[in-house]
Amino acid sequence: MALPTRSRRRLRPSAPLPIVILASAGAAFFIIPLLGLLLRTPWASAWQQLGSAEVLAALRLSLLASLSATAIALTLGVPLAWTFARLTFPGRSVLRALTVLPMVLPPVVGGVALLLAFGRRGLVGGWLATTFGVHLPFTTAGAIIAETFVAMPFLVITVEAGLRSMDTRFEDAARTLGASRWTVLWRVTLPLVRPSLIAGAVLCWARALGEFGATITFAGNFPGRTQTMPLAVYLALESNPDAAIVLSLVLLGVSLAVLIGLRDRWLGAS
Amino acid sequence: MTLEARVGAGVAAFEIDVELAVAAGELVAVLGPNGAGKTSLLRALAGLLPLRTGRVILDGVVLEDPAAGIRVPSERRPIGLVFQEYLLFPHLSVRENVAFGLRARGMARAIALGEADRWLERVGLSGEGDRKPASLSGGQAQRVALARVLALNPALLLLDEPMAALDASTRIEFRRDLRRHLESFRGVRLLVTHDPVEAMAMADRLVVVEQGRVLQSGTPADVTQRPRSRYVADLVGVNLFRGRASQNVITLADGGSLTAAGAADGDVFAVVHPRTVALYRTRPDGTPRNVWEGRAVDLDLGGDRVRVRLSGIPSIVAEVTPAAVRELGLDRGDQVWVAVKATEVSVYPA
Repeated sequence: MALPTRSRRRLRPSAPLPIVILASAGAAFFIIPLLGLLLRTPWASAWQQLGSAEVLAALRLSLLASLSATAIALTLGVPLAWTFARLTFPGRSVLRALTVLPMVLPPVVGGVALLLAFGRRGLVGGWLATTFGVHLPFTTAGAIIAETFVAMPFLVITVEAGLRSMDTRFEDAARTLGASRWTVLWRVTLPLVRPSLIAGAVLCWARALGEFGATITFAGNFPGRTQTMPLAVYLALESNPDAAIVLSLVLLGVSLAVLIGLRDRWLGAS
Repeated sequence: MTLEARVGAGVAAFEIDVELAVAAGELVAVLGPNGAGKTSLLRALAGLLPLRTGRVILDGVVLEDPAAGIRVPSERRPIGLVFQEYLLFPHLSVRENVAFGLRARGMARAIALGEADRWLERVGLSGEGDRKPASLSGGQAQRVALARVLALNPALLLLDEPMAALDASTRIEFRRDLRRHLESFRGVRLLVTHDPVEAMAMADRLVVVEQGRVLQSGTPADVTQRPRSRYVADLVGVNLFRGRASQNVITLADGGSLTAAGAADGDVFAVVHPRTVALYRTRPDGTPRNVWEGRAVDLDLGGDRVRVRLSGIPSIVAEVTPAAVRELGLDRGDQVWVAVKATEVSVYPA
């Protein structure tokens, strides 16, 4: 008798009641806010809200800043990921920990750190200003830097994992066929880790799009210049709640699209 | 064209030290069990694994010599390597795979693709250029891999178990085609395999490698007739003994002795074919010079023969007919008398 019972249990496990209650509460905790957002959306005036100059400016700036941040992250992050995946040198693990630190660092702290580095009196900020006339704080470029700082680690760790799991004998084969290291990288390595590159770039972009703390600390909140969508949402909540809700809905839609786009990677076969 | 190499490479836990000399027109097979260091040897020759000691000289050009600080990188060695698992680039079409090396060497794209098509035709895959490697059978994939390497006209062609991943029926066909391509290839050819049949069928000379060292080298006939390692003796299926001969009596290293006809004094190998080992229930009288008692530890039926593994001093394998096993009433654990004629013990210097 013991065997059938056990096999039935494996098919449909019966959970203790407290677990069921707590799990339901946990699920509701995620579902209720989303419901609130959807139910309170002023659907009738949604298009009108999206068309307002203020919202459009935030949208445009968010797209520009997040895409620029992703481009910078790809340019600098892929070589960094390659370095971590393929080279061994003293201090590698420390360096790696430092570059992924922004993933767990409170973004506001990141913003403060950026100010102390690139601000007018910062470590290299003064030099940048006097030598190149470049002012980062409270400019669009500053917003891009803040988003890059927070978002690039997502790209680095995703691409690094892809490089580590790739079969390096393809690179060996390419080299014995006469390909230089540069050619191997462009024609073999990067095409083979393309799924990781895409996933890393999408994650990085989504994180950049939602960035709030570092941006507002380092770049401030100037409409049309540094006021990205999350900042606009936060401020509109006081003056124009309907606009805040519509903007939130746009960000929610983007997040859902990212989740669906990366479902093979995150959600598995179930 | 010749290859002269002494390859010392690897880490302390697994080191190889292999000396090789291969002339043009000669096809040498490196034969050894899995894990003998064969792949490491090829990787070292191709420049994918740095030498710690030794030298690689191809056609008089030093490709690597750690003592002199010389190391030509992989991509600048005129060496082609065919891998066991093909390693075709999955994101490129078959044609682009074959053109890859030509393009890497600076050939214009259109010319390289045309050249790739000609090579695909030569390996019997014309019209398949647009396919992706994933859609190819193992035999087709290895043909593409061969074309990809031959298109570069390397001075040294290395083949790393090129047939190990193919199924049995494909293998026979591929071996025939490979032999044809190898015959028309003008550079130095080196084949690595753990399959003795493949090695004997293809090679002019065998180099037997075990645990990173060369155990024996010679023509297939020489190696099989005069094995110098347990590995080769097992492949050929003969009993191999090592000992010291003195006045036709060989004192064996692992205990016991054998009498042979006409053995030169000194350290020797002695080979006894299992078919020449006779078994008796009672001690035989008559002429056999070597008679001792053994215990049957294993009986193995193969074809019309039974291989009987006997534990004794020395231990030996006998091959008898099933009828003989019946007549002897032989079973696992039984004591029997073993007899070998002195004329059936072939002896050669160690």
